[in-house]
Amino acid sequence: MDIHEYQAKSLLAEFGVPIPMGGLAYSPEQATYRATEIGGGGWVVKAQVHTGGRGKAGGIRMCSSEREVWEAADDLLGSRIVTDQTGDRGRGVFRLYIEQTVDIDREIYLGFVLDRSTERIMLVASAAGGMEIEEIIDKSPESLIRVVIEPAVGLQAFQAREVAFALGIDSGVVAEASNLLVACYRAFRELDATMVEINPLVITDAGRMLALDAKMTFDDNALFKHQKVSELRDKSQEDPREMRANDRGLSYVGLDGDIGCIINGAGLAMATMDMIKHSGGKPANFLDIGGGASPERVAKAFNLVRSDESVRAILVNIFAGINRCDWVAEGVVKAMHELDLQMPVVVRLSGTNVDEGRRILAESDVPVITADTLAEAAEKVVDAVNKADAA
Amino acid sequence: MSIVVDGSTRVLVQGFTGRIGSFHAEEMIEYGTDIVGGVTPGRGGSTHLDRPVFDTVKDAVEATGAQASIVFVPPPFAADALMEAADAGLRTAVCVTDGIPAQDMMTVKRYMRRYKAERRMHLIGPNCAGVISPGKALLGIMPGHIYLQGEVGIIGRSGTLGYEAASQLKAAGIGVSTSVGIGGDPINGSSFKDHMAAFEQDPDTKVVVMIGEIGGPQEAEAAAFAKEHMYKPVIGYIAGLTAPKGRTMGHAGAIVSTVGESAAEKVEILKECGVIIVERPSEFGEVVGRVLNRAA
Repeated sequence: MDIHEYQAKSLLAEFGVPIPMGGLAYSPEQATYRATEIGGGGWVVKAQVHTGGRGKAGGIRMCSSEREVWEAADDLLGSRIVTDQTGDRGRGVFRLYIEQTVDIDREIYLGFVLDRSTERIMLVASAAGGMEIEEIIDKSPESLIRVVIEPAVGLQAFQAREVAFALGIDSGVVAEASNLLVACYRAFRELDATMVEINPLVITDAGRMLALDAKMTFDDNALFKHQKVSELRDKSQEDPREMRANDRGLSYVGLDGDIGCIINGAGLAMATMDMIKHSGGKPANFLDIGGGASPERVAKAFNLVRSDESVRAILVNIFAGINRCDWVAEGVVKAMHELDLQMPVVVRLSGTNVDEGRRILAESDVPVITADTLAEAAEKVVDAVNKADAA
Repeated sequence: MSIVVDGSTRVLVQGFTGRIGSFHAEEMIEYGTDIVGGVTPGRGGSTHLDRPVFDTVKDAVEATGAQASIVFVPPPFAADALMEAADAGLRTAVCVTDGIPAQDMMTVKRYMRRYKAERRMHLIGPNCAGVISPGKALLGIMPGHIYLQGEVGIIGRSGTLGYEAASQLKAAGIGVSTSVGIGGDPINGSSFKDHMAAFEQDPDTKVVVMIGEIGGPQEAEAAAFAKEHMYKPVIGYIAGLTAPKGRTMGHAGAIVSTVGESAAEKVEILKECGVIIVERPSEFGEVVGRVLNRAA
């Protein structure tokens, strides 16, 4: 789960990470009011959206008067920020974070990730701050400092100091930097994050360290432990199709093709989508209906896939282990009766109770196209879309 | 022979009396696995499926001489159950549970290192379908009837995609020595590489099939291992050609977050290491058949 910058900053501040003065605004009036509260001669108005690269996309505005704050806020609220991470629809801006401007001496990149090679938390830092991490890896890989953290004892002060010295931080600020690194690590560990990123972490002209931006991502599987983090979910930043799926306990990822997919198991789902691609089609979604799919669950999946207007045919591919093909077949028949589907549906069943499942489909009055193998199913569904194009 | 389990392995079920644990315990017993009892804290002293229930894994091991366990404990308590199994001296644990927090698994793996290599537990999963040595034993949740006994070793992340591959092999008259599911989580127990090393030593296995997917470094590490240390042919498939970067595709670990983790990049790495590629997921039977004929 992703959260907003202001939420990440507030969480990190509780662990002792210094952040600039700032406040949240939902309207231009509130934005100017926050600016006067914060004081000073300059402000940054920042769109709160779940994506990186919002600066380049126009989501961050520097302002030197209250009038400019009002105008920036008026312009941003209700707009959509489109970056290469968001897709064409972008993310809607409904909240702004207003911060005091800071005189920056230097910028540093700081990140913590769950490293899959070492199976431990890894600290990543670079003196080449301000760029995205991909850009740093590309342009100055030699600047990257990596420290793997031993989970039993956590990040030690000496390790944090080593990083600070390696970054070339003035000796007067090293203790502050070391505390900041340990604070970020504690937040990562105690809140079950999968990523904490402060980019840039700045040293001000006055010689203070500040987290100018902050990003945190959390492990969905660990949210049950963290009520407070769960409450930070902002559904306005999610794809509405995915939100509906999640609320129904289905695993769904929206894509931009036209063949709707209903499959059990994540690996088989990906492989089936690959097979559609090899056959010349484009999948509209990833959808894993999981184990123990009841007829009701299958019907729900149909409803969800159909709610995507670009879907022009549906492929159901079930390899039943714990699942039962007869239940899936009943679900298909039920869904097609209830939803009055006006598009081709290809069904491939295999595994437990497959003969019973095929009999149910054959004896029903619904016009499903059946297939025996994965290849045949993909070919038939791509063929059905092409025929619809020709007609 | 076969790897991980055979007919003589004495097996415990952790989360024995729950709905899911009971269902699969019955299936395993029917398949011929030697299920010697189970553990459900608070139910010790009772009997379930005609087998004794224990409060702790230590009690169960002492009373039954169990060597392996299969874990169906729900996600919030699963990491604890795995550490209990490791501490009780079990040699193997298969964890089926899906949804364990990644940092809990980090803790489990660190904890397992407390024990010397010769008594350290071998963890398979979590979020996996388990292990089957067809005709001998089932330590997992896969439908036994889709496997023929034979000479192909399978290692995969996904349950149902593994079933797809096994049933294509069966349709082509090809059997399996052992099939291992290593699971779809970002931090897991055994890796592709660990089982490849075991299959290389197993006289019953002639060919190894690795069914990988997007995300993480394990497929590439396994391919490098195969190039350096394996004589037996390795066949590979990577799922997720159409997966966009930065999105989790069902499995918590199926996410492309850095260079080398996409399906296309992994296929290239595998090819460079001499792994024979299954280009389409409909061609497992055909490719494995061809490789077996050449080896014969």
